[in-house]
Amino acid sequence: MTEGIPHVSSSAIPDDSVVPRQRIQTPTAAPAPAAPPRIDGTPREAPRATVFDIRDMSVMYGSKKALDWTTLKIYRNLVTAVIGPSGCGKSTFIRSLNRMNDSIPGFQIGGQVLYHGHDIYARATNRVEVRRRIGMVFQRPNPFPKSIYDNVAWAPRNLGMKKNLDERVERALRGAALWGEVKDRLKASALSLSGGQQQRLCIARAIAVEPDVLLLDEPASALDPVATASIEDLMHDLKHRYTIVIVTHNMQQAARVADRTAFFSLDGQERVGTLVEYNDTEVIFSNPVDTRTRDYVTGRFG
Amino acid sequence: MTSIARSEALPYDPTAPLTPSGNLRRRLVVSRIAQGAAVAAAFIAVAALALVTFDVIKAGASALSLDFLIQDPPQFGGIGGGVRSNIVGSAVIVFLAGVIAVPIGVLIAIYMTEFAGPKSRIASALRLGLDLMQGIPSIVIGLFVLGLIVKTQHKDSGFAGSVALAIIMVPLVARSTQEVLRLVPSPLREASDALGVDRWRSIITVILPTALGGIITGSILAVARAAGETAPLLVVDSTFGPHLTFNWFGPMPNVPVSILTASDSLNPAGFPRAWGEALVLLALILLANIGARLLYARSRRKLTG
Repeated sequence: MTEGIPHVSSSAIPDDSVVPRQRIQTPTAAPAPAAPPRIDGTPREAPRATVFDIRDMSVMYGSKKALDWTTLKIYRNLVTAVIGPSGCGKSTFIRSLNRMNDSIPGFQIGGQVLYHGHDIYARATNRVEVRRRIGMVFQRPNPFPKSIYDNVAWAPRNLGMKKNLDERVERALRGAALWGEVKDRLKASALSLSGGQQQRLCIARAIAVEPDVLLLDEPASALDPVATASIEDLMHDLKHRYTIVIVTHNMQQAARVADRTAFFSLDGQERVGTLVEYNDTEVIFSNPVDTRTRDYVTGRFG
Repeated sequence: MTSIARSEALPYDPTAPLTPSGNLRRRLVVSRIAQGAAVAAAFIAVAALALVTFDVIKAGASALSLDFLIQDPPQFGGIGGGVRSNIVGSAVIVFLAGVIAVPIGVLIAIYMTEFAGPKSRIASALRLGLDLMQGIPSIVIGLFVLGLIVKTQHKDSGFAGSVALAIIMVPLVARSTQEVLRLVPSPLREASDALGVDRWRSIITVILPTALGGIITGSILAVARAAGETAPLLVVDSTFGPHLTFNWFGPMPNVPVSILTASDSLNPAGFPRAWGEALVLLALILLANIGARLLYARSRRKLTG
């Protein structure tokens, strides 16, 4: 499964490796010139299983167009980063993947979002079921005003996964690299944790129900560099089990954590968010096809 | 060059002492007057409360005794005896009114904040309706319940009283609950939505517990308001006897109507009883208030640890 993508395959990168953090500088990361990357994001290498197949997605809020003609595929067990300047539709895009935009008045979506071949916005699709499989972590940590334990146990309890709840909570907290810090005070309020801990608790809460996909909407933007680093480390571990999509406006973060990167920008007079380029992260950061991408990742714009 | 020009252009002398200058002196005076008015208003309100309480205590304390609390009023009027049956009756009527009104009010608020969209026409019509309902004179509600229940049953009843009080309480509970539900941070709703748990489970396990303090406070205020409500009870539950009864579907003795009849009679011997009952009513409402707040504080402490 992984042999086709030498630079990004998880087997090539030991878990505790710092290699991803240096990926931009790694000379071996240069793509083979024989197969020029394509903007539509088709991987150059052997295909992985597709989790999301997004076709011509466009989003309107009332009469304002937020996102236009986005077509891309998101692959299993990869970290896919979405980067771009403020207001380019990154959050709109990711929130449209698990129907978190439904509650926004005036939200309209065009095109198709296929998840394992099923239309996320089909009439028969239930959005609660969608979110049960596609979890999300938000920009600001939003733990419930409950104990640490109850935060993680809440969703499993309400979804009927009451067997071995203690085990499940421990597994989720370990998965979010938080267990060691909180195991002695599981009954303490989640609000007593630091910001970085709260965000990892939110990740633990999300993985406690064993979703298929984790959507992270700027998960580290409210955190200090140390907490950010721990969240990034976590992502390298989590991608073995989950498919991860992360929105970030921090390009270094995308370069560090992502296997594939989509660059969105504001297009034309109307300033509508548009997908500019989608490819392996190394390509986006070292050899982008579009000049707008090049300008953005080299810091000449945005 | 430019920096010198700019410092020359300043409309004031930056090296002058840092005491109020220009119109700041006048603005400080205005500010102080506004502050004083606000403080005075607060004190007047508290003073009114203190005066009422003091008056009731002064006039009612002499009537108060153990017998006053544990004996029923005398069979054929007159002096002596206590007000036990009235207190118990009022407690039953108000408690059951709360049992009817609080769930309905909270559900209405849940509908308006959680299920109806922010631009829902139904919700805004409902809000207007509730506000109008708060303004209905309680005697009108009494007459409504008189026609609805008392006329069909051919007798006064505590049940009719509870229904009338519940009608008064529902808009109070609904509006206050709605306000506190609005204060529940929307990221909590997003968080529970994103976990694939349906809205109703989120409401009962996250949103309502978070807003519980405000809901309790609002409900207690509604109960306090209902407990002193006299007009509807006068219409639907005033033909009670002196004896203790727990028969909700029959005439039930209650404090407000008893205060009214005692203070309204030509015989001044009833006046101390009226004051005494007023004091008991006040004390009971105060106790309920404090009790609810203590309960809430305890649950809060558990949470914030």
